[in-house]
Amino acid sequence: MDQPKSAERPVLSLEDASKSFGAVRALQGVSLALFAGEAHALAGENGAGKSTLIKVLAGVHRPDAGRVLVDGEPVTFHGPSDARDAGIAVIYQEPTLFPDLTVAENIFMGRQPRRSFGRVDHRSVRDATQALIERLGVDLDPGQLCRGLSIADQQLVEIAKALSFDARVLIMDEPTAALTGAEVARLFGVVRTLREQGTAVLFISHRLEEIFALCQRVTTLRDGRLISSDPVDGLTEDDLVRRMVGRDLDELYPKQPARIGETALAVRRLTREGVFTDVSFDVRRGEIVALAGLVGAGRSEVVRAVFGVDRADAGDVHVAGNKLPAGSPTAAMAAGVALVPEDRRQQGLVMELSIERNIGLTGLDRLGRGGLVRRTLERGRAADWAVRLQLKYNRLSDPVGVLSGGNQQKVVLAKWLATEPGVLIVDEPTRGIDIGTKAEVHRLLSSLAAEGLAVLMVSSDLPEVLAMADRVLVMHEGRITAELPRALATEESVMAAATGRTAGGEKAA
Amino acid sequence: MTATVEQPTAPPGARKVTARSLTETVFRAREISIAGCLVLLVLGTWAANHRFLSEQGIKDLLLNASILILLAVGQSVVVLTRNIDLSVGSVVGLSAFACGKFVSGTDRNAVLALLLGIGVGALCGLVSGLLVSFGRVPALVVTLGMLYIIQGTDYWWAHGQQINAADVPASVLDLGSGSVLGVPYLALIAVAVLAAASYYLRSYRSGRELYAIGSSPEAARLAGIPIRRRILAAYVFSGAVAGFAGALWLARFGTVVADNAHGWELTVVSAVVVGGVAITGGTGSVWGAALGALLLTTVGSVLVVLKVDSFWQSAITGALLLAAISVDRIVTLRMTSALRKRNARHVHQV
Ligand SMILES: Nc1ncnc2c1ncn2[C@@H]1O[C@H](COP(=O)(O)OP(=O)(O)OP(=O)(O)O)[C@@H](O)[C@H]1O
Ligand SMILES: [Mg+2]
Repeated sequence: MDQPKSAERPVLSLEDASKSFGAVRALQGVSLALFAGEAHALAGENGAGKSTLIKVLAGVHRPDAGRVLVDGEPVTFHGPSDARDAGIAVIYQEPTLFPDLTVAENIFMGRQPRRSFGRVDHRSVRDATQALIERLGVDLDPGQLCRGLSIADQQLVEIAKALSFDARVLIMDEPTAALTGAEVARLFGVVRTLREQGTAVLFISHRLEEIFALCQRVTTLRDGRLISSDPVDGLTEDDLVRRMVGRDLDELYPKQPARIGETALAVRRLTREGVFTDVSFDVRRGEIVALAGLVGAGRSEVVRAVFGVDRADAGDVHVAGNKLPAGSPTAAMAAGVALVPEDRRQQGLVMELSIERNIGLTGLDRLGRGGLVRRTLERGRAADWAVRLQLKYNRLSDPVGVLSGGNQQKVVLAKWLATEPGVLIVDEPTRGIDIGTKAEVHRLLSSLAAEGLAVLMVSSDLPEVLAMADRVLVMHEGRITAELPRALATEESVMAAATGRTAGGEKAA
Repeated sequence: MTATVEQPTAPPGARKVTARSLTETVFRAREISIAGCLVLLVLGTWAANHRFLSEQGIKDLLLNASILILLAVGQSVVVLTRNIDLSVGSVVGLSAFACGKFVSGTDRNAVLALLLGIGVGALCGLVSGLLVSFGRVPALVVTLGMLYIIQGTDYWWAHGQQINAADVPASVLDLGSGSVLGVPYLALIAVAVLAAASYYLRSYRSGRELYAIGSSPEAARLAGIPIRRRILAAYVFSGAVAGFAGALWLARFGTVVADNAHGWELTVVSAVVVGGVAITGGTGSVWGAALGALLLTTVGSVLVVLKVDSFWQSAITGALLLAAISVDRIVTLRMTSALRKRNARHVHQV
């Protein structure tokens, strides 16, 4: 493993930087140095200030105090283009693409290769994009519009864009949150090559094993303050967690025994042409059922159809014995079903509305008296859930858009949990959520189940699936290929079914 | 601490199926359906009255459409950036009057008049553009204000006078009525501007950036696009084109009063929207906008030929507009879900 050449001058560094948003002190006197050929991880809980730090380096935010230095020279970035010109490429936490333009145009916007008379060379743009896509080993069409791309694909476009800069510094804010294992492996391969060629890398992830796999140094932030900056060699995961959370973590997967009751949700022969076929299963009260499988196996599509967001072409859904009308989320909600969607930014939140209003949105009936929402009730309920999920915020009346990425996720969770549903469907409940809160979410799901809630959980996080689920349904290419009781669910059996190798586990009917 | 599910690597390029053809079809569909409407309309009217397609009939149609097409091109460029220019009608009026004043009773050259028109228009566009881009005032407010200010200036200046065709030099009037091989100069000019604008929007970085700004201002900011400069330029262009159209107005009609082109801004915006340029920016083409303009003009002429009350023209324009907007909305929703579905399906085949 390369050691940072400490005698060397950092390519990009931050000295004593502070940044506040109103009363929120997102960064306080933080310093950080990035060296050529070194991959540097930034760790910390949701809201610790990681994204803010990155935006300072990227020229999006101007630090209130402190300096940014490029090659040891202090610089002032007046905007993202200044940082870009200094050789800094950034992948932001939330993909920011042009939905009406193609993948290729998104990647090269503003710096397309040109031919005579300064005209854009559309063919080179396309070819260069194709080359990038092949380098990442992913499956995208350069000519495709970005509208309608899955989050994973959007993230891949962002990654391709960052790679296309041939930058000296590559900054990545949770690039892997939505990716499959293979895509992550591919990305790491590319990043390692870049690093060996002398690129400085700054990497953020809540998946600790990724930090250990990719990085040589890790800097930890807590509440906007620098906690430590250590070489990864010799550090254990527990050390890192302690630095992030400030205490030892309790059990990550607290699973309480629950009394399994009668069937709460029954799905029969649900089919949506070309997406999934003949999906049948039950979820009983008190039970946590995981829907496992590869990203793209159709899991999210199944739960969307169960909730009625997408209309199924055939089959039906029963809640507590009553058939739900097809394609009606309103009816599903009335029957006590809640869906925490995968793409929270687009499907789960109204960015301009306040935290309390967002949490209150789903429970308008319950909070209302004669059509008026009772503000005090709304506020009380929001505050309640904010505490239970350890939401990090300034005021409940702040717009959701200013929360950190992970905290936005928590608001979506709170919003649906606050409806006190009888059947809770969660799609990737802990994606992008820090490790401390992850344990909290698990504890919450587990205790809700113990209270008699039926939980259907889509998750790509295998340890989470194995530890939390009473039963695991595995999907492969739009079909359920295995139904494994807790005792039989192992990494091997789930993986075998997920990749279509029919090993362990009886075939579902 | 956690592990993600492993997946066999996808063969690159496996998804190269019909993504583009789908989206392209949808957008072409708009232009084709407008063209189809036009053809039906023209043939239907021709069946009722053969004179509609006489040489003079066609010429009139083209002449009438040319100025609207020009304005639609200018407007599209602004609308693409998620803005709007409501001042174009009054710019045409002012420019026509200014040019009229400039040439009347003299034998000044038509080219000078055109340049003057462009200058006047560009100046108006510059003011609107500065207020919108650097002043950060909403486009609707700025250009509505400009509409009244320019109109006021025009009235004040004209003071009830009018420019008479008899005073306008022949070189200018020739421009408005002359033709090559039966095609009026005005139509040729409109097509030239249209082709140039279309080529520019497709082939230049700054042209593509206009689409980017309209598609997602936030992403445009992060991509380091000089948003304000681009928006300013779009307004100057729209203004200049409107001013140019004003000079052509003088050439075409010869007689100019203070409230020429009064109310045209709404017709122009309708043409642009009917032509498939999304009012929320980011999509559409100037060709579509031009077709929209041609369609609206044709509807007007057809009603005259069929001797239908002119109030129906407004009603039909309104109906077309609503139809276009609903179609846009439905198409966007359908397309998003179709693309989602397609993506989902592809992953399966991996
Ligand atoms: N534009 C803004 N306006 C107001 N507050 C903000 C803004 N951006 C960030 N914050 C606040 O600054 C703090 C740090 O946010 P930041 O996004 O840097 O966290 P993070 O470490 O990236 O968290 P996560 O892991 O959840 O992405 C949060 O409390 C957040 O609410
Ligand atoms: Mg963040």
